[in-house]
Amino acid sequence: MCSVCGCGEAQIVLDKDAVGGAHAHGLHDHPHDHDHPHDHDHDHDDRHHHREDGAIDYGGGIGGAHVPGLSQERIVRIERDILSKNDAYARDNRRAFAAKRVFALNFVSSPGSGKTSLLVKTIEALKDRIAVTVIEGDQQTSNDAERIRATGAPAVQINTGKGCHLDAHMVGHALETLAPPPGSALFIENVGNLVCPAAFDLGEAHKVVVLSVTEGEDKPLKYPDMFAAADLLLLNKSDLLPHLDFDVGKCLGNALRVNPRLQTLIVSAKTGEGLAAFVAWIEASAARRAADMAKG
Amino acid sequence: MHEMALSESIVEIALEEALKQGARRVTRVFLDVGALSPIEPEALEFCFSAVASGTAAEGATLEIARVPGAGWCLDCEKSVPLAERFGACPQCGCWRVQMTAGDEMKIREMEID
Repeated sequence: MCSVCGCGEAQIVLDKDAVGGAHAHGLHDHPHDHDHPHDHDHDHDDRHHHREDGAIDYGGGIGGAHVPGLSQERIVRIERDILSKNDAYARDNRRAFAAKRVFALNFVSSPGSGKTSLLVKTIEALKDRIAVTVIEGDQQTSNDAERIRATGAPAVQINTGKGCHLDAHMVGHALETLAPPPGSALFIENVGNLVCPAAFDLGEAHKVVVLSVTEGEDKPLKYPDMFAAADLLLLNKSDLLPHLDFDVGKCLGNALRVNPRLQTLIVSAKTGEGLAAFVAWIEASAARRAADMAKG
Repeated sequence: MHEMALSESIVEIALEEALKQGARRVTRVFLDVGALSPIEPEALEFCFSAVASGTAAEGATLEIARVPGAGWCLDCEKSVPLAERFGACPQCGCWRVQMTAGDEMKIREMEID
């Protein structure tokens, strides 16, 4: 999962082994104990007959007691969000960004919307004023990181393998390598996917969703989660509008229906249309965020 | 297939709690999953059994309680059922509906042994 240091997926597997390892002995032991509960099952505790694995050890449980009719199974209340692990890593990232006044943007879109070209142009327009570093997320290849490095901006590539999104843990590891300088901007280019990255907070200041005019006007309605999670929509490839039947007003209307607070800009990485506005948005948002943090 | 990543998260949290409780095995995990959340229950069950395999949660069943979608319609001034995350009010057809339920993705409790 995290191919920056090679620990990501392995880490999770290791965690499993660490916990599972302790249990492996327990599970190995079960076949021995296991015979006994089966004998007992004839006498009592109907409930266990429903458990097809039968790996229930009456005498070896937490209570250490063997009381007929009394189960060792317990219900434990957890009440934790499924994403709580990711959210904890995201909080760590956010804290690290705040400490170094790093303005982090998480770029999300479907594949082929022109995110990387847009980033290259934005970095060229910004780099004399603000240092920029980039984290590139793709399932495979480091093509995008190489395109970014050609601008002079440091970039780290994360290959997610089978993964369909970046998570906060991967980003945390990438930060160790990338070490964005104080007061810089960090662009995180997520895996091209309009579904999964919406749910995973990376610790960024804002999600920026990129939609190109060669896609449908109804994309915001078809994939509402992403447009709801974003703070800025960049409608890209505007240079192609004269050749298409794409209704800009309808598209923006659909996006605003899903997220009334969404800000929108029409841009073209090819002609540079709208890039000055996007650069101004970055500088103003970074300044406002820094001021908010200074206030605490 | 973010269900894979979500399953990893569920198994991690379950194993962490199981260790805390000194349990040997996790036998059932109870989830609240909203109808408007980005989770496909069948995919989640499939991924969960794959991820749990080889751990103390191997063979555990996922009990998924579906929470129906609901929202507050600002025009009708009442709670209405919501079939889509950013859908219109089924009664007045207006879009001024704030989701109040249905996006849950929570591990409620689990059964340990």
